[in-house]
Amino acid sequence: MTDTAITAPVVGRSLWGDAWARLKANKAAMFSLFYLIAMSVVCIVGPYFVPHQYTTIYADYVRTPPSFSAYPKPEMIETAMNDAVRRMRVDVKEWRQEDERVFITVTSAKPLDARNIRYLDRSDTFDNAKLESTSADGLSAVMSATIKQQYFFFGTDNTGRDLLSRTLMAGRISLAIGLLAGIVAVVIGVVYGATAGFMGGKTDEVMMRIVDVLYSLPFIFFVIMLVVFFGRNFVLMFLAVGAVLWLDMARIVRGQALSIRRQEYVQAAEALGVRSRGIVQRHVIPNLLGPVVIYMTLLVPQVIILESFLSFLGLGVQEPMTSWGVLISAGAKNIGTANWLLLFPAFFLVSTLFALNFIGDGLRDALDPKDR
Amino acid sequence: MFVYVIRRLLTAIPTLFVIVTLAFFLIRIAPGGPFNQERGLSPEIKANLEAQFGLGDPLWLQYVNYLKNLLHGNFGPSYNLPDFTVTELFAKGLPISIQLGFSALALALFIGGILGIVAALNQNKAGDYSVIALATAGSTIPTFVIAPVIQLLFGLTWKLLPIGGWGDGALINKIGPILTLSLPQIAIVARLMRGSMIESLRSNHIRTARALGLSDWSVVVKHALRGAVLPIVSYAGPAAAALLTGSIIVETIFAIPGVGRYFVDAALNRDYTLVMGTVVVIALFTIAFNLIVDILYAFFDPRVRYD
Amino acid sequence: MAGETILSVKDLRVRFRTLDGAVEAVKGINLHVDAGETVAVVGESGSGKSQTMMAAMSLLASNGEATGAVDYRGKNLLTLGKSELNKVRGRKISMIFQEPMTSLDPLYTIGNQLMEPIRRHRGLDAKAARAEALRLLELVKIPDPERRLKSYPHEMSGGQRQRVMIAMALANDPDILIADEPTTALDVTIQAQILMLLAELQRKLGMAIVFITHDLGIVRRFADRVYVMRSGEVVEEGKADELFANPQHDYTKMLLAAEPTGRKAAPPDNAPILLDGRNVEVEFKIGGGFLAGPPMLLKAVDHISVALKRGQTIGIVGESGSGKSTLGRALLRLLPSEGSIHFGGQDLSKADKSEMRPLRRELQLVFQDPFGSLSPRMTVGQIITEGLLVHEPSLSGKERDARAVEALREVGLDPAARNRYPHEFSGGQRQRIAIARAMILKPKVVVLDEPTSALDRSVQKQIVELLRKLQADHDLSYLFISHDLAVVRAMSDYIIVMKQGKIVEEGPTEAIFGDPRETYTKTLMAAAIDETKFRQSA
Repeated sequence: MTDTAITAPVVGRSLWGDAWARLKANKAAMFSLFYLIAMSVVCIVGPYFVPHQYTTIYADYVRTPPSFSAYPKPEMIETAMNDAVRRMRVDVKEWRQEDERVFITVTSAKPLDARNIRYLDRSDTFDNAKLESTSADGLSAVMSATIKQQYFFFGTDNTGRDLLSRTLMAGRISLAIGLLAGIVAVVIGVVYGATAGFMGGKTDEVMMRIVDVLYSLPFIFFVIMLVVFFGRNFVLMFLAVGAVLWLDMARIVRGQALSIRRQEYVQAAEALGVRSRGIVQRHVIPNLLGPVVIYMTLLVPQVIILESFLSFLGLGVQEPMTSWGVLISAGAKNIGTANWLLLFPAFFLVSTLFALNFIGDGLRDALDPKDR
Repeated sequence: MFVYVIRRLLTAIPTLFVIVTLAFFLIRIAPGGPFNQERGLSPEIKANLEAQFGLGDPLWLQYVNYLKNLLHGNFGPSYNLPDFTVTELFAKGLPISIQLGFSALALALFIGGILGIVAALNQNKAGDYSVIALATAGSTIPTFVIAPVIQLLFGLTWKLLPIGGWGDGALINKIGPILTLSLPQIAIVARLMRGSMIESLRSNHIRTARALGLSDWSVVVKHALRGAVLPIVSYAGPAAAALLTGSIIVETIFAIPGVGRYFVDAALNRDYTLVMGTVVVIALFTIAFNLIVDILYAFFDPRVRYD
Repeated sequence: MAGETILSVKDLRVRFRTLDGAVEAVKGINLHVDAGETVAVVGESGSGKSQTMMAAMSLLASNGEATGAVDYRGKNLLTLGKSELNKVRGRKISMIFQEPMTSLDPLYTIGNQLMEPIRRHRGLDAKAARAEALRLLELVKIPDPERRLKSYPHEMSGGQRQRVMIAMALANDPDILIADEPTTALDVTIQAQILMLLAELQRKLGMAIVFITHDLGIVRRFADRVYVMRSGEVVEEGKADELFANPQHDYTKMLLAAEPTGRKAAPPDNAPILLDGRNVEVEFKIGGGFLAGPPMLLKAVDHISVALKRGQTIGIVGESGSGKSTLGRALLRLLPSEGSIHFGGQDLSKADKSEMRPLRRELQLVFQDPFGSLSPRMTVGQIITEGLLVHEPSLSGKERDARAVEALREVGLDPAARNRYPHEFSGGQRQRIAIARAMILKPKVVVLDEPTSALDRSVQKQIVELLRKLQADHDLSYLFISHDLAVVRAMSDYIIVMKQGKIVEEGPTEAIFGDPRETYTKTLMAAAIDETKFRQSA
């Protein structure tokens, strides 16, 4: 029963090491982590590989449903061709399709202008238009053009923009705002909360009173005021969102700081004569880090929701720039005619939120296993 | 207890005062004014309107006047909807928002509570996991996704419910909004209830009750549940205040004429009186429900004494 | 005196599923209880003694599982259906617990909680149940029982709550009362009262009592038969007298020898006074604030004078709330206080934080809780060398490491421990680390605030011996704060008895123990030391 003999490995396992091992064992959290990384990579890199710009408007493809096969569909070729030919102010006599190309015979009352073929090129459906032959009187001609193969995996929106590239761009914005505003909120919250917790006494009382009053103000009031002040600017917007969400962080950090200050190991350090700086550096910050990390992962989804909510109300990111909230808002208005406008962005947003929540829960279980 | 309530009501006055003051000056600092955006207003008419509403007066005088009116229960006229006073607008919209909010809250407390208890009693079994899954989904999916999905499924695909509109308060028009409002609340209540019930079931006095051979009903309902509702009570107060004062998202998507949209529209249009009215109403609801929570607490927990 | 066997535990195994796999807490034990006898199940923490009885009562935590058999008068309680089980629990076998503060439902009155098991098991109406509840409160000697029926648990003291627990357990005249460390959480004087009450009730009512305890004092006074448990197994059993007189198993022998022994000699009369506190006074403000009116003042330490000589150990004894820990911290200037404090001739009373800093290395403190006093995110090496960073900043990392190795050796730990983290160590090892942290600075005075109270007896003894050895090696002065008289007696040569912030009695150890003058001191001594008292009263 002597408890003195330790024949143990020389290097111990820190609580961080333990937490990482527990997190690795949590399948939902690890899957979510990979999912989130994949989502970020896709949103950052993806737009460079999608053949469409998120701002390009394809007038021929307004509200095109999502499809894995290439557009145009056969029945769309004629419509698009008629559109283009009408702009030339000529009539179609006959047309036929050979492989990738269409051959159109047109007639007109006035002599045909060879430059008219540019109307075919301008169409989103055709490319490489050529004047094959012109009749002797110049009143009829045969034109040919390649059918431009286009893919819209997610379909297109109300104005004919590719939803895939828009969703990915929106993801960039939403994730960036989530991360940046999350950091802003955490920084303000930690500084404020730690100051209150450490000063204690009257200072603490006054600082927390202020937080209480801010809490009792309608939350949305703040956001709207801030948006009104800062204007609808992307960079300032995440500042505004972050500036609102720091309240919880401040409370959590203050509570933790207070409780750490009361811990016996801090008293022990005081009894050793350690200065306040040393106590903060060696005892408080390392023990505060866990709750802050946990809260931050739970804060990011909140920020994303808040940003989407503002964008939904038309107060957030402005066209042509986009975010998931903007897309969902547009989708909600068009559910009768184009439900994919809602479903794709909603899936991206919701799955990201789920992943973030699972990571947050996993981190909490890993860092603070008492809760289980 | 009575003295306590009186004291709490008295301390509510300075709180309200601070909120009103803060809100009044904040919105006035913001650039723009109520009649700037309206097209086709000649400068004379604009000046006339501003004079009529006293907007040309020094700010402090406007503030004093506003407080005076407020003391008489007068919220002033709405600048953007000139035919209505703010009071009339609330008289019209608030009952609608309260109806929806109250139904959603009641539904959430009832269903969420039961789900939470079922999960706690079956901890780490299938029933528990399905409640956790539901709660995670409910609290993760934002309202502005749930609402259009409900419209899409129930309104468009299955044609069971109208897509939107108030329909003079027909029950069928309320189902969608109430469902949307209550789903996240059900999730939160279920999660809270599960956690507090598990903790309560683990406590030492439950072990005592079991050791005394008391029936399961007595152990779970009489001893465990009463302690476990306390966190729900403290959650329900602020939640009620938020729900009853209307939801912007739900009222926008379902086209419900409640008060939820007033605030955003009013703030964007610098409709000062309507913004202030909304702030005051929300603050009053919050204060009232916090007080109700504290009174309920004393009712549930003999350790809480107010004197 | 023993009757027929009414409860027998056969090959009981208890397993818990945990994140790190299954843990077997009880490994196939056999024991039995006869009618009317007192059985003690003795063991240190983690021996499985509580889980054995929890399993018998089907009270295991949800991740626990019991196999084997627990037969009560021919019924196996482990396989009994819930409703059948509830005809036994609380009626034939009842149980009281270690935690009197939390074992009653805070939301119901005492009367309500007392009447519930009576009505459930005996089917009495409310009026009859109330009369019965009143009788029970009188039986357990609660003053003013009529009024107490309407009280809530939070309005009663720990001792009174434990009496209510006993009343509830005895409400249906059970055959067996299982008492799981019923006095551990109580002050010594209250402990004695509760034990006397249990002995008296047993004589009156004739039930069998199963005592689960780590305290051999209780066993010796109380039990007819004893089971000694260690890591889930019964290592020895037998009649109490025989087992104490002639223990067979090594572990039992070790437990019996675990009471700290030896006495400390007083330092020479001409030894210089190192730490001299005169009329020390500490006040705490309670409550008060913005709207709550003026705060209440509590004198935690009320005009106390202490003079600690070089090489001396002053034991400060008292129950919880007596102000003994506050006094220790005030003397080290970790709390603001009135009165004068001198250390080696230097006046500390007016010294501020920075003036105190250089003195901190000479004045050290060891805490009670070996789990809370070590920072969980630092390695043991970082923890014990932290003081060197302050007091010997010129040392290189290598030199600090060498000092850490030396300090760990001195407290009997493998120097390899310095790269590991506190959570990887047992309670006793952690306390050694805490001692190393104080000793590395080579202090002159160490305040030991209940350094052994959170530890098992056998570990306590080792720590006491370590502290005595360190004192002899370095000519240290100790201020030893404890409620545990056995440990205080083994450590100190001078004793101060405190109650409610005041000194009740003081003097050399042998004088205080041999001839206590004050009533309070006598009560304390009687409660803790007099081992024959209960036998005589029983």
